Amino acid sequence: MASRTTPLHDRHAEAGATFTDFGGWEMPVEFDGIRDEHAAVREGVGVFDVSHMGEVEVSGPEALELVSRMTTNDASHLDPGDAQYALQTDEEGVIVDDTLVYLLPDGETYLFVPNAGHDAEAVARWRDHRDAWGLDAAVENVSDERGMLAVQGPDAVSAVADETTADVEALGRFEAANATVAGVDCLVSRTGYTGEDGVELVFETGDGATLWDAFVPAYRPCGLGARDTLRTEMGFLLSGQDFHHEENPRTPFEAGVGFAVDLDHAFVGRDALVAQAAGELAERFTGLVLEERGVPRHGYAVTADADAADRIGELTSGTMSPTRGEPIGLGYLDAAYADPGTTVYVVIRGEAKRATITEPPFIDR
Amino acid sequence: MSFDVPDDCYYLESHEWYRPADGRVGITDFAQDELGDVVFVDLPVVGESVTAGEQFGVVESIKAVSDLYAPVSGTVAAVNDDLENAPELVNDEPFAGGWLLELEDVPEGDVDDLLAPDGYRERTE
Repeated sequence: MASRTTPLHDRHAEAGATFTDFGGWEMPVEFDGIRDEHAAVREGVGVFDVSHMGEVEVSGPEALELVSRMTTNDASHLDPGDAQYALQTDEEGVIVDDTLVYLLPDGETYLFVPNAGHDAEAVARWRDHRDAWGLDAAVENVSDERGMLAVQGPDAVSAVADETTADVEALGRFEAANATVAGVDCLVSRTGYTGEDGVELVFETGDGATLWDAFVPAYRPCGLGARDTLRTEMGFLLSGQDFHHEENPRTPFEAGVGFAVDLDHAFVGRDALVAQAAGELAERFTGLVLEERGVPRHGYAVTADADAADRIGELTSGTMSPTRGEPIGLGYLDAAYADPGTTVYVVIRGEAKRATITEPPFIDR
Repeated sequence: MSFDVPDDCYYLESHEWYRPADGRVGITDFAQDELGDVVFVDLPVVGESVTAGEQFGVVESIKAVSDLYAPVSGTVAAVNDDLENAPELVNDEPFAGGWLLELEDVPEGDVDDLLAPDGYRERTE
């Protein structure tokens, strides 16, 4: 049951949102329509409240050691203001959650961003490991004190530039700076999860409405529906759906995010992943485009033949791509069938529909 | 928000409509608003029979799949082929260009089990 609301809940309602439960948060799924919101982000500017994402700060003399051991990417490469995508894995190398890890501009504090509803468990897990390793680092859950806004699209950077003291055009991808936006103190970062250029703003909860009003209604508010179609077109993972620690346990290599694994440093799950890296994967995360009419969805079986008999995998995400105007899907398939161009079939309500393996992203970006 | 509920139709609790004058079936303005952008409609072929209260097809929006239920029994006399290339007609004109099926041989009395416009209006207010 949704019990948490973001500081912008009233603003969403005023803007005509319909709501859904997402990771224990009551979040806007759409405002005026997913297709229009999706197009706004691909063609102009869209504004998302992503305050349901967690924020956890790690500080102290051995903060880097803790961050480094808890995430798959090597945090020692980060300069102040840098961010990187990483996974948290368990001892078996299975993904617990994916996250962005920042070294904040102060050069001392790390910030990581667990997915909605995962903040408390992440903090408990990190503290348990910290204690077991005897590291001198504080792990503080600041999710309730921080909000987050994503301003995304080809014109997003200039939209934010009009409101901020930061030179956002000079920020590289995955770089962040402290600055004021519409008079509000923010961490301004050149990040996002839509496949477009853009900025994410982290702010004190009480300042959310001021920031929202600086961008909406001048730019289109977007809900989780458009966020899902945008990330699906890019082949980006959705935590809990494209992987789930218990229900669909996957390693980063199986999930196609091996780029975020640096085996040259010590972290939880490294040994298991070294072993997997040395062998062949049985299944791979890939995409497909449906050639017949229908819409691929989470949970649909994929087969090698038109009789829907020879099951070779399952979809974890799917939608009608608003940009392509074609039905697209993501999922885990037997590696023998995962090469681009391979013909497979998606079983939709008992009927096998022809599809072609297409490595994401599904759009040119 | 108020939704269009034409007086010449009868309605199912599950938000399908039936218009006796032309035998057409569709989903209501309320239903299309709830579903959001419709991207695909799976319908029976001409000549098939449908049974009142039973599923006859599926409508898919970007965010959800929903079953379609027959308001009345009958034989499919026509399906709306325009929806193959323009499923958004269901959103834009739910009672006009977005119709789904045309039924014939509808038993007399089937509409008695449906909601009249006023009843359906109360249901969606």
